[in-house]
Amino acid sequence: MAKKLMKGCEAIAEAAIQAGCRYFFGYPITPQNDIPEYMSLRLPQVGGCFLQAESELAAINMVYGAAGAGARVMTSSSSPGISLKQEGISTAAAAELPCVVVNMMRGGPGLGNIQASQGDYFQATKGGGHGDYHVIVYAPSSIQEAVGMMAKAFDVADEYRIPVMILADGLIGQMMEPVDMDQVGEVHLREKPWAATGYVPGGKKPRAVINSLYIETEDLDVLVSRLEARYEVIRQKEPMIETYKTEGAEYILCAYGTVARVCKAAVRILEEKGVKVGLVRPITLWPFPYDKVREAIAQESVKEALTVEVSSGQMVEDIRLAVNGIKPVQFMGKGGSRIPSAEEIAERIMEMRRA
Amino acid sequence: MVAEVIEELGIREKTAGIAPVGCAVFAYNYFDIDMYEAAHGRAPAVATGYKRVQPDHYIFTYQGDGDLASIGTAEIVQAAHRGEKITTIFINNAIYGMTGGQMAPTTLVGQKTTTSPLGRDKEHCGEPIRMAEMLATISGSAFIARCALNTTPNLIKTKQAIKKAFETQIARKGFSMVEILSPCPTNWGKSPAEAMDWIGEAMIPYYPLGVFKEV
Repeated sequence: MAKKLMKGCEAIAEAAIQAGCRYFFGYPITPQNDIPEYMSLRLPQVGGCFLQAESELAAINMVYGAAGAGARVMTSSSSPGISLKQEGISTAAAAELPCVVVNMMRGGPGLGNIQASQGDYFQATKGGGHGDYHVIVYAPSSIQEAVGMMAKAFDVADEYRIPVMILADGLIGQMMEPVDMDQVGEVHLREKPWAATGYVPGGKKPRAVINSLYIETEDLDVLVSRLEARYEVIRQKEPMIETYKTEGAEYILCAYGTVARVCKAAVRILEEKGVKVGLVRPITLWPFPYDKVREAIAQESVKEALTVEVSSGQMVEDIRLAVNGIKPVQFMGKGGSRIPSAEEIAERIMEMRRA
Repeated sequence: MVAEVIEELGIREKTAGIAPVGCAVFAYNYFDIDMYEAAHGRAPAVATGYKRVQPDHYIFTYQGDGDLASIGTAEIVQAAHRGEKITTIFINNAIYGMTGGQMAPTTLVGQKTTTSPLGRDKEHCGEPIRMAEMLATISGSAFIARCALNTTPNLIKTKQAIKKAFETQIARKGFSMVEILSPCPTNWGKSPAEAMDWIGEAMIPYYPLGVFKEV
């Protein structure tokens, strides 16, 4: 199909529908309102249901109800709204419910601003809600990539019975790019014998109990151990990363999302100046691709790494964990939605070279 | 009574229930049907998600006064407001039972609890909230009743109201709720017999019984 100019939020919403999502519950918040708006028109056309909830709390709990009934279901929000959803995300993780949550990050903390930001990295990858759990986190760096992730996001959610988060900065949601909507990816629907679709005593299907409460220590231990075993499989099988011109590089830039594209421009600027710089771009933020990041930065040719984020420094902690002191890792970035230019990033590398 | 009604209506295989956080937190162990356990106060939202996916199935929430009348007020009001075709069983015992007898939004003025040790003071924390009356004012609600468990005739009326509430859902008329004044002898510091008397003497005068809405 020919490429079509589409806004990020709308492309993501359409891709979700093509990935089999038929239910959406959400509460408006800038900068992601185009997702619920698009869903409100399109879902009824495909036999689905859009419902504007009274709050983010209610929205994520409607997702809990729908996921428990076996549906492909999604919600979306932006940073302060995602904070409100955390109770429900923790509960869904404990109840082993598959669902997709889109976070179009804006500046924080608190109400922050409504510009693009990457300030929710910690929240998305290090817990967010309470208790021992993870969600799988995908970080697209273009609208096309976000579209291409949607089928996979719903599929892995179903496969591992886990909430999946699409962590994008507000730029991805608000900008327009040419998109090929045929690239949503292959959709795999599976049976959900655990879902609350009706119980016939003596029948084949067991009684469904969609639950996150295990009052006995031994029982909770069974759940948490089962989750952890599943997380270990995910850590082995699911990390995704893009490496760009890393082989034999003198410096390695580390970035995700839109900022990674700015970093690529910086790589090209530096290339013209005869400086060999590569980029590692984690695509899954949890599971974090520690091995590939370490491999790229540990090369003998590499002097230093520079992590660039639109935050006060969050992913840099995982980069440092990956590198484990083998090479110095510097940080460039600020909270408050200030996106560095390719020239500024290139200049910072030149400074590191002079130092 | 809820299980009896489900059986009598012949909807067992297409019905699911939602347990709250509160005294009925383990309700998913007691109903032999598909069950959910919801986060505190969120049962009406969970029921909404279930019902939107399976509009030809039936769902009920079973909630206490903390769950429904305090932390979950937004969810219950908005579910009624949307006219969700769900049924809510609301257990009002004027106290927080599971956490050990703290004040509820439904605690009567003057009633002693562990967080109102001198008795509820309306100047300090208001008068108890009447959920049935409030929800009956909302256009999306189709059947709202308040019953009590203190006498045999009231028990019979309670079961009739529960049945009516489920029938309202089956007929897709809108939101239905039965508020049930229930005893909590342990946290009221009374014997079971005294607790039944207190429902009649103290609770019913403030929480009148009856059908507040029927469409």
